[in-house]
Amino acid sequence: MLQMNGLSKIYRTEVVETYALRDFSMDVKEGEFVAVTGPSGSGKTTFLTIAGLLEEFTSGEYRLDGVDVRGLNDYRRSRLRNEKIGFIFQAFNLIGDLNVQENIEVPLRYRGMSGAERRRCVHEALERVGLSARARHYPSELSGGQQQRVAIARALAGRPRVLLADEPTGNLDSHMARGVIELIEELHRGGATIVMVTHDPELAVRAQREVHVVDGQVVDFVAPPRLAAGLEARS
Amino acid sequence: MFGYYTTLAVRGLRSQAALTLLIIVAVGVGIGASMTTLTIYRGMAADPIPEKSLRLFTPQIDNFGPSGSKGPAGRDGLQDRLTYTDTIALLRAHAAFRQAAMYATQRVLMPGDPTLRPFDTSVRATSGDFFAMFDVPFLYGVGWTSQDDADHAQVAVISRDLNDRLFGGMNSVGRSLTLDGREYRVVGVMDRWQPLPRFYDLDRAFDMPEDVFLPFNVAIERKMEFGNINCRKAVGGFDDILSGECVWAHFWVELPTAAAVAQYRRFLANYATEQQRSGRFQWAARTRLRNVQEWLAYHHVVSNEVSMLVAVSFSFLFVCLLNAAGLLLAKLIGRAPEISVRRALGASRRAIFAQCLLEAGLVGLLGGLVGLLLTSMGINGLRSLVSDEGRALLHLDAVDVGIAVALGVLATLVAGIYPTWRTARLQPARQLKTL
Repeated sequence: MLQMNGLSKIYRTEVVETYALRDFSMDVKEGEFVAVTGPSGSGKTTFLTIAGLLEEFTSGEYRLDGVDVRGLNDYRRSRLRNEKIGFIFQAFNLIGDLNVQENIEVPLRYRGMSGAERRRCVHEALERVGLSARARHYPSELSGGQQQRVAIARALAGRPRVLLADEPTGNLDSHMARGVIELIEELHRGGATIVMVTHDPELAVRAQREVHVVDGQVVDFVAPPRLAAGLEARS
Repeated sequence: MFGYYTTLAVRGLRSQAALTLLIIVAVGVGIGASMTTLTIYRGMAADPIPEKSLRLFTPQIDNFGPSGSKGPAGRDGLQDRLTYTDTIALLRAHAAFRQAAMYATQRVLMPGDPTLRPFDTSVRATSGDFFAMFDVPFLYGVGWTSQDDADHAQVAVISRDLNDRLFGGMNSVGRSLTLDGREYRVVGVMDRWQPLPRFYDLDRAFDMPEDVFLPFNVAIERKMEFGNINCRKAVGGFDDILSGECVWAHFWVELPTAAAVAQYRRFLANYATEQQRSGRFQWAARTRLRNVQEWLAYHHVVSNEVSMLVAVSFSFLFVCLLNAAGLLLAKLIGRAPEISVRRALGASRRAIFAQCLLEAGLVGLLGGLVGLLLTSMGINGLRSLVSDEGRALLHLDAVDVGIAVALGVLATLVAGIYPTWRTARLQPARQLKTL
């Protein structure tokens, strides 16, 4: 689903070159739930923005759902991003001027869906996150947990091939965070491919697989304790 | 997507409302200033008789030669009026489809109503063809005939205003008018007619037409003096002016076809050559035949000052638009988080560019409307400062409205291109990392 091979991202100024990612390789299979962890500045978010086609990489190879994204123009990258990727941000990033329904419609608008089709997709997505009754509410009228659920509904509405989540519980208290992570797990059980960037070990253990990034490189593939414990019990 | 972008543009106006208002005011003030001067310019530069301006011509003859006075027009050494000798010769030759000699004078009018005091009134002495040639509209009656010209008939055509003043607006055809103690029979009352600029006599280009029109021959017979005279040599009285080389009469002809124009040019050149041969002109014969549009350009009816004023006001509009561009940039950069989210959700740069440009266009439309309001206020303000004649120049018509609105939209779109381009080029990754 998401294959990166020998990827590097270099930020250049006149005097210095900084490697945000260096020889970064990663393969996420369809239906996998992967946590990408690492300390601050390790390159987690750069990985996510490159994976989400929001940023170009300097060298290496990246295939998204079989499509080689290198050299695609902005229009095709945007189209691919719209169709294949759903973003869940730490800060929710809902548009304050739009109500819940309109927020969820945004990616569908750019896909050129008809009004009826959009309404059906929005309805289904809101059903999945349990916020059908809040369609006309504005983000400011919702709690943090509810806003993140709306953001998840927005990510889901276009039925993307992969969900990219950046610290999805980072701005939530523990109670709300639990609800959101349970929702993400539920989506995964439903077959969604999820890549989640986090520096929270407790969150990382909920994933099937953890990829640890340090200084822009994948340093370790670690089986999360819960999964490792499960494997031990089975053996 | 146009409908969606329009909805977003309307919402965009409401967000950062203060900034939006500043942009609208900046555009509006620029449009208001430039449109006010442009309206004046358009009024002055308008074609006063569009349906005929290419068929009406005025001849010029070099009466003074290279050493003589350059006259009021002066740029090519030709006088813009004719001598009496030439005027009569051209009238008698009758080489044009229609022709009219004319000059302006001022006479004392004695109202028939004894309760009214005598007053000075503006008079134009001219030929009967004047009215048909210049498509003068009549409220009552008609102009006099060529036969009346030949017969030196004591007839007059009066303006609607004078008819209102003397006869209470009633049909005065057949009634008498007393000028300088002599009676003239009213044969026609003109309806409202104000060609601007008053092309047939540009001495007072933006004045109303005269109140009384009399036959040219009659005015000469009565020795009604002329307004503007230019003589090669100093002369004495009225008769000396008629017989001397003094230019004072305007002359207009109507030439309906290109062949007629060519023929009249030849006639005019031949006439001047004859004058040279006869010894009247001691220099190479020179003539010109200019139509209305060429005549207005020749006389620089739109003064350089007005053109400069328009240029200055459009420079001011440019400064306003630079400000608007800066404000628009600030407004759009302020929306960077939203735009980054849209990019993340699949909006291409092209889509963001279109959305932002539409918003700029909408701001421009509102700026244009504000500009229109300010133009209207400016025009009304100026109208209160100028004479009745000047007021006719100062009005907003549908074309002005269209120009103001289109200028607002276009100018803001141009001003909005850079901010919009910058916004569309925002790096969503960088923005989203900081959110």
